Amino acid sequence: MRIAAHRREALWFAFALHRLSGLALAIFLPVHFLVLGLALSDPAALDGFLKWSNHPLVGLAEGGLVFLLAVHMFGGLRLMALEFLPWSDRQKSLAAFAVAAALFAAGLFLLGLF
Amino acid sequence: MQKETPLLEVAIWRGSPTGGAFTTYSVPRQDSQTVLDVVSWVQRNRAPDLAYRFACRVGMCGSCAMTVNGRPRWTCRTHVEKVANAGRLEIAPLRNLPVVRDLVADLDPFFDKWQTAEARFAPTRTRAEEPERIVPDSPERSAANAAIECINCAVCYAACDAVALNPAYLGPAALNRAWTLQNDSRDGARAERLKAVAGDGGCGNCHSQQGCAAHCPNGLNPTASIAGLKRMAARALLKGRL
Amino acid sequence: MLSARLYLAQRISALVMAPLVLGHLAVTIVAVRGGLDAAEILGRTRGSLLWGGFYGLFVLAVSVHAAIGLRAIVAEHLGLRGRGLDIFTWATMAGLLLTGGRAVAAVVL
Repeated sequence: MRIAAHRREALWFAFALHRLSGLALAIFLPVHFLVLGLALSDPAALDGFLKWSNHPLVGLAEGGLVFLLAVHMFGGLRLMALEFLPWSDRQKSLAAFAVAAALFAAGLFLLGLF
Repeated sequence: MQKETPLLEVAIWRGSPTGGAFTTYSVPRQDSQTVLDVVSWVQRNRAPDLAYRFACRVGMCGSCAMTVNGRPRWTCRTHVEKVANAGRLEIAPLRNLPVVRDLVADLDPFFDKWQTAEARFAPTRTRAEEPERIVPDSPERSAANAAIECINCAVCYAACDAVALNPAYLGPAALNRAWTLQNDSRDGARAERLKAVAGDGGCGNCHSQQGCAAHCPNGLNPTASIAGLKRMAARALLKGRL
Repeated sequence: MLSARLYLAQRISALVMAPLVLGHLAVTIVAVRGGLDAAEILGRTRGSLLWGGFYGLFVLAVSVHAAIGLRAIVAEHLGLRGRGLDIFTWATMAGLLLTGGRAVAAVVL
């Protein structure tokens, strides 16, 4: 895939990841809220849904969600550090740390399944 | 025995405001050749009607800025051997600006936004008064000095994805200059300027991708300047002064 | 000065959510051990002022934050501006507040 030259920068990738993770989370959120709302309207359906979600593939998807949440948050904190704290040139290392911390959180989550 | 001159395959965008396409030329390689040398050679030997801009050709004026292999650069300061991918070059006009013809971009929108950002000095003293004393290493002056070397070449503007995504965004150069003035104690228009740069097309549009800093030929960091404007605007808003 | 207000609201809601996200991540990682069970979750949250307050604040902050974040996306990638953009922003926030508030009520009441 031919990506525009300036788009191969690590920091552009950080921006894209932040935007895409935010979008994915924003789409997931109403679904998450409506499922939890089943506790009010249809508790049996909620229980059934939760039992279904114990399937390992769903667990993998949930691990992906945890990754997105963690990456969005650590990326966002990086951005705010950039904006409000004294300027430093360590932005790329911080971006890398953000992804690493996110992977770690997702890893913990997935480990919890086994 | 004559040595065969190696050739460069150069694709140059030819066109007008209504559209255009890349035309390929074979250009003889030379030692220490710059991309500006390549464009000039094409104009002199192959395409006399090729439109392009340059002036000082020594990296001081910024007139020769073009898109080279996808990145905005000063062509007089870009050595071919540093950028030619397997003997191939692709040269186009700067992104985010309307095209006049071929490699010439219309810089009017860039300079108009400079004015919209109120990025011009508003004097407060007259010749009848003593000049204002500025402490050279004060935090404000240091901040202004770090951003003051901008020569309005529009490379950062072309590199900025936020400008591409929002045509109303004032852009890194105008905001960078506004920041230097916000840090200038002699300036009398700081309150008005803050409103201009914190508004709809202002500093909130910057997503800190730092494409500007990565491409600025003078090593400036408009993202840092814009972060400074964000801080100023946030503080002013909380104090009810915005 | 709408854009400055939106910018500040985005940053403040993000700061509020940072500890809430960490808490939520910890809770999900612990809760998911040995499989999810409705009775197990609800046993923890039903009647709890702590969980109600925690997730209530979370819903409020995320409704503001997601609405402003999505505003930037639809403005920059779909070209939506002016009144249409404002309506979209308010509708998104309202939608998340309603469904989120209902979800908090569902597990706490």
